[in-house]
Amino acid sequence: MNDFIDLLGFPFMQRAIIAAAFTGLAAPAIGTYLVQRRQALMGDGIGHVAVTGVALGIFTHTSPTWTAVIVAVLGAILIEVIRERGHTNGDVALALLFYGGLAGGVLLTGLAGQSAARLNQFLFGAITTTSITDVIVVMVLAAVIVLVCVGLSPQLFAVAQDQEFARVAGLNIRFYNLLVAVLAAVSVTVAMRTVGLLLVSALMVVPVATSQQLTRSFRSTLGAAMVLGTLASVGGLLLSAYTSTYARVAPGPTIVLLALAGFVVAWPVGVLLRSRRRLRRPFPVVEVAAHEAIDEHPHEHGKDCGHVAVQHGDHVDYVHGGHRHAPHGKHYDEH
Amino acid sequence: MSTPADEPVIELSNGAVAIAGRPILRGIDLTVRSGEFVALMGANGSGKSTLVRALTGLRPLASGSLSLFGTPFEDFHDWRRVGFVPQRGGAGSGVPASVWEIVASGRLTHRRLLRPLGRRDRAAITEALEVVGLSHRASDGVTTLSGGQQQRVLIARALAGEPELFFLDEPTAGVDLPNQQVLADTLETLSVRGSTIVLVAHELGPMAPLIDRAVVMRDGRVAYDGPPLASVDVATAHLDGHHHHHHEPERHDHAPHVSSLLDGGA
Repeated sequence: MNDFIDLLGFPFMQRAIIAAAFTGLAAPAIGTYLVQRRQALMGDGIGHVAVTGVALGIFTHTSPTWTAVIVAVLGAILIEVIRERGHTNGDVALALLFYGGLAGGVLLTGLAGQSAARLNQFLFGAITTTSITDVIVVMVLAAVIVLVCVGLSPQLFAVAQDQEFARVAGLNIRFYNLLVAVLAAVSVTVAMRTVGLLLVSALMVVPVATSQQLTRSFRSTLGAAMVLGTLASVGGLLLSAYTSTYARVAPGPTIVLLALAGFVVAWPVGVLLRSRRRLRRPFPVVEVAAHEAIDEHPHEHGKDCGHVAVQHGDHVDYVHGGHRHAPHGKHYDEH
Repeated sequence: MSTPADEPVIELSNGAVAIAGRPILRGIDLTVRSGEFVALMGANGSGKSTLVRALTGLRPLASGSLSLFGTPFEDFHDWRRVGFVPQRGGAGSGVPASVWEIVASGRLTHRRLLRPLGRRDRAAITEALEVVGLSHRASDGVTTLSGGQQQRVLIARALAGEPELFFLDEPTAGVDLPNQQVLADTLETLSVRGSTIVLVAHELGPMAPLIDRAVVMRDGRVAYDGPPLASVDVATAHLDGHHHHHHEPERHDHAPHVSSLLDGGA
């Protein structure tokens, strides 16, 4: 335990925690819009394209972060254009970029005379080797993503929800579509340091999947996903640091697995909540055909009788063995 | 802001729409005046939805000219005067959204960037929900509503923008009779308030008594334009451009003379 406290005192660890917190906040923010557009795998596609960008940086001895940002943004715009033109299935367009990006990256890294270990830093994250400059870049880019995703949420929500309606409302659809694509590309490169390019999509999508188990509105889904992403990101990093004295635990996969654990916990709760809500939804008020009283009813329905009570117009029906029993004076009616 | 009665709000002359090079709509002349309730009718594939999409700018015109509220379409930016209810299917998405949030997006035409909702915005949203009778479901997820109720949500979204001109694309398709009645009552309220309504419909149902004018499409052309027809007549309106509902003959001079169902390509 003391080792762990000492570890937190190191500057590299503090830098890692800051980077993890900002990444965990920003990735699910843009991820929510991707999930809303049913493009959950978009982040994964961009991540693969960014591999080529990283390799380009290694090959040309420039900053892999910036080449990754540029190539990822170009890839994201390309995906968006292919999607908009609609000539190729969106799925197929993504697949083409997946494989092209990954193959190009591995090829370029080889040409640069670098081993796969160098590329691995970017594929699976190397948060503990973050420099001060890296942290500042991560903080600035993440802040931009969060500000745009929250500030423009009415517009981004409307465009993702119903493009045609948004267009007739006078919104520039192409601008907002490209904005989402570019923000996704930026957040991929932001998260590259933390969880790595191959796991980046998990941090964008899993917190959203978890939060929507429990939420009914878009705003609460967005907010909860950002909180969950931050918790998973910082928690996963601390967990891997804590266990590092016993075994070699990589932070990236720990973060992703922690986020997935959150989903595994939330899912059954969500199923339960939804089925409860369905059972208790009021019955429609329709003119009753005939008054049908139950002759004998030994059970007294009440507040805590254990039967589901459902609002039905001005009274309550108790669901009892597939029947709906409504109290009527001293007896019960079949409703 | 509001347009005086009888001023044209939609003027389309010689409009044509081509999709991927294939001519779909040809030679459409349509003028809709303020306060009119127009039903665009016709069989599946007759081009009635395409016409509404052309009038809202979702489909570019291949030729012809379109003005909204007297402004040429290219210069028209006053989208808060227009409300659009697309064909159903757009209510759900990958992330939960509450009824209130969907309706609130109808206020976008009134909101400036990065500004929160004001009191007027909230009042308009509340009123729109009341008009369609869904105030009690405001905080529910939209996907938990029935199809007809989801359609009412989409109408409330258009209402929230307080437009003068409504386009509705088949609002009653696949909606049960009680919900159709609520929709008809809503449209009646709007019409009485002086809104201009352009409605695409296959069947009018409870909306029939509200219609001022019917435009029947056939094979991408206007086959009839005049006082409302009984449903039975819509089916035969294309058989003779000069139909027996001939109150204003001079208004139909652009109707095609189609003598038989068989020369559909004419």
